[in-house]
Amino acid sequence: MVLAAWLAQGLGPALDASSDVDKFLSFTVAGLSVAAILAVGASGLVLTYTTTGVFNFAHGAIGMLGAFAYWQLRFDWGWPAPLAIATVLFVLGPLFGALLELVIFRGLQQTTETVKLVVTVSLLFSLIGLANWVWDPDVLRRDAKFLSGRGFDVAGVAVTWHEFITIVVAVAVAAGLRVLLYHTRAGIAMRAAVDDRPLAALNGARPDRSSMLAWAIGSSLAALSGILFVGTISLAPAPMSLLIVNAYAAAMIGRLRSLPMTFVGALVLGLTEGYLRGYLSDWTDNNQYFDSTFVSAVPVIVLFVVLLVLPSARLRAHGTARTREVVPMPSMRGAFTFAAVVVAGTALAIPLLTTANAVTMGRMYGLAIVALALVPLIGLAGQVSLAHWSLAGIGAVTMAHLGTGGSPMGIVWAFVFTALVGALIALPTLRLSGIYLALATAAFAVFLDRWVFRLRPFDLPFTDVKIALFGTGSVGVPDLKLFGYTFDTYYRQLMLMATTFALMSVFVVWLRRSRFGRRLLAMKDSPAACATVGMNLTMTKLTIFAVSAGMAGIGGALIGSLQGSTNQQNWEFTVGLPVFMVAVVGGIQRVGGALFAGISLAVLAAMPDWPVLRNVSWFPNLATVTPGLMGIGLGRNPNGAVADMREAFEPLARARAVFLAFLAALGALYLYVVTSDVGAWWLIIGGVVLLLGATAFVQSRARGADTGAAGPQPMFAGDELEWVGIDRPFTPDDLAALDDRLGALEVR
Amino acid sequence: MAALDCSGVTVSFGGHLALDDVDVTAADGAVTGLIGPNGAGKTTLFNVVCGLLTPSRGVVSLGGRELNRLPPYKRARLGLARTFQRLELFGLLTVRENVLVAADVRGTMGAAEVEAVIERVGLAGRIDDRVDELPTGQARLVEIARALATRPRVLLLDEPASGLDERETDELGRLLRELAAEGMAVLLVEHDVRLVMEVCDLIHVLDFGRIIAVGDAATVRSDEAVLAAYLGGSLEAS
Repeated sequence: MVLAAWLAQGLGPALDASSDVDKFLSFTVAGLSVAAILAVGASGLVLTYTTTGVFNFAHGAIGMLGAFAYWQLRFDWGWPAPLAIATVLFVLGPLFGALLELVIFRGLQQTTETVKLVVTVSLLFSLIGLANWVWDPDVLRRDAKFLSGRGFDVAGVAVTWHEFITIVVAVAVAAGLRVLLYHTRAGIAMRAAVDDRPLAALNGARPDRSSMLAWAIGSSLAALSGILFVGTISLAPAPMSLLIVNAYAAAMIGRLRSLPMTFVGALVLGLTEGYLRGYLSDWTDNNQYFDSTFVSAVPVIVLFVVLLVLPSARLRAHGTARTREVVPMPSMRGAFTFAAVVVAGTALAIPLLTTANAVTMGRMYGLAIVALALVPLIGLAGQVSLAHWSLAGIGAVTMAHLGTGGSPMGIVWAFVFTALVGALIALPTLRLSGIYLALATAAFAVFLDRWVFRLRPFDLPFTDVKIALFGTGSVGVPDLKLFGYTFDTYYRQLMLMATTFALMSVFVVWLRRSRFGRRLLAMKDSPAACATVGMNLTMTKLTIFAVSAGMAGIGGALIGSLQGSTNQQNWEFTVGLPVFMVAVVGGIQRVGGALFAGISLAVLAAMPDWPVLRNVSWFPNLATVTPGLMGIGLGRNPNGAVADMREAFEPLARARAVFLAFLAALGALYLYVVTSDVGAWWLIIGGVVLLLGATAFVQSRARGADTGAAGPQPMFAGDELEWVGIDRPFTPDDLAALDDRLGALEVR
Repeated sequence: MAALDCSGVTVSFGGHLALDDVDVTAADGAVTGLIGPNGAGKTTLFNVVCGLLTPSRGVVSLGGRELNRLPPYKRARLGLARTFQRLELFGLLTVRENVLVAADVRGTMGAAEVEAVIERVGLAGRIDDRVDELPTGQARLVEIARALATRPRVLLLDEPASGLDERETDELGRLLRELAAEGMAVLLVEHDVRLVMEVCDLIHVLDFGRIIAVGDAATVRSDEAVLAAYLGGSLEAS
């Protein structure tokens, strides 16, 4: 009590009366309650990271799912609270964690950090989609405290039962984890598995089992934090999943290793949030800009700062890892051909497009431009950014305010301004890489989400300039005017976006082929070696961050212009995650990967409105979940889906006569569709059939040529001998071929 | 004045002294050897010299200029180049591109000279192969070519003969003598004692982070402390 009074005095004039001590204590209790929830969430995160090496971006989403499962059992089905809690914590949570380990995370050993990032981000996205699918988001679920009622008083301060239980649970979790990790065989085996998995296995440990146990416990802790949150906030999939970002800061204070420091971090964050909620308005004299949105942004500010002040990860020589990644070196001729095909293809498509389809296609190119911005940054330089969608949002706002009357200077400023903001993010984060860089950029994006994008109009300090980012919620973005030509219809906007994407594609290919591109790839492989040949890594990273951010800004400006207006929700962190995920799935080293992302996301968004799918009630949910599933399933291919597609269709491009025949047939089909009223669908379906048919024809011809060629034939068509029996079972034909080759038939 | 001068370099990792008051010099036009058992601190000293590690004490100078406060890239620009014990190649790039990166950064040579450097280390036949497809021995030669492309004054080589066969090792030895003859200061860390004894003008022996002997091959070979450090055996046999 004496200590509380002393602390209260320290907080200044706001606390000069004895009743204020009660106020201070009540905010302390509230802060401790928040700290306890953060501690439980962060400890689960640290547990899975320290024992499996995977930083689980989906940890919050697992917690959210646990909270919804608890709600379902407790309130929708009327189970007693203890039974519902026990079922979630000791049955559903662990089972779900074990299942995730078995199906997803076990396959991530020996993969790059980018792959782990894509898969966990994809899981986050999928779980949000799944929750929205299963539980109607329009139903209000809130205020489900344990043991409702006032609780009890401590030194005159009311403590609710929910707060008391939350704090006790956190203390119990801390003690339990300490005992588990340091005083049980299972815990020691878990820690050994992450230090050196093969060595742990050689010494009799079972790393897979240890990992599974860690994921089971981690998921259970996530679910526990989710259930504890149920008493304080409304259940909503996306915001709840992102609440874990608050716990990231606590985990980072523990440097993702130390559970005691993680709990200290949670305590600092929880109390900070509690006191800010109580006193910020007093301290800032009711400044309207430092309201509850600022308080909600404080944990991500702390996360950003903690990442920056963590002891510097100096350049280390680590030995070159052998990867299967290939970064192609396209020719400039190829780049110009690709650009011409994009522009000409779009122009030819326009007569067949309805207005809605033109908007879809325009959005496709907008998304592709933002994804393309990631190609030099992630694909070439190996610098992960989760803030690019937010940067695109800044581009849209810039276009809205500085592109008055459609001035092209709006686009120029969108590039310049976002490039500057990109450099601003890059500057403090230059020494970060991998998961730490991803977290820092995510923190920045969430900071924009929670506070900056929600700011009321304000005057720029020391100037007369008034800044109103999204006005009162939404701001108009003008149509671009260029050399007296206004892009004032959706079709014109579509052509503008296609041309911009095409030009940017050429730029990215030029960058890849340039000396600077070579430096980026070198930096991706070995920063230490780059430094020792004289490369200034700081300038290199800063430059590529700025260029990439500027490109995203142009994408955002064009998307805003296509929409006609833009608002804060358009640029939320979770809205942009699919762009990152699907760009990696498509092939983050390639221009084609960016187009793949644009096409996939725009088509998925438009599909629920297609006539054949309009009445399928579950399809919108499936479309929402699909990008996440793509990330989980395909994100492990280091070269992306486009590389595989290219490999599949390359023989057709090389068979000149067949290729020309295919183009002629496609042209004829196009002319037929344009001059008749059969609809564009026939062109799409016919085009795909022609493409597959021509490819199959070329492949069958090649197989025929192989069969007729002289020399020894492969024993098993399409299979390497050593993999037959492993990849697939031996068939009687295989055995006959083997006998034949070994001369066994004669013996028989 | 020595091209490279390390004076009183001390590095501690927690309570462990990895380098304890180490003095090492490398002169222009000479090959200087740095040998010692595993864990003696050889690679740690290289990391200190090129700026990847900050020493607790001691001074590193290049041509009389103190390097301690300079980041690695500025040290490289002053004429310091190195190879790595654990390969640090640009695995996504070809042999030619690996060397071009270094040449471009420093603006030291054009494409034709880059090809000449690659030919000089004996990799002309694999110039357009991706380096992560090369065997370890050849990959080490790529690192040497990349270092040479910066036209260094001091070249630090960390076990360059590891993975090379006897003939290739002899070729490497000839190359090192040629480089020294051209005026370069070469500091060689190597476990192949035969190579070290054949090519080095001066040898420093490091054991448990301390210099235990300095001298020419004959001196070092007969030094009792050195023999003891090599498990009491003969240096010829190790």
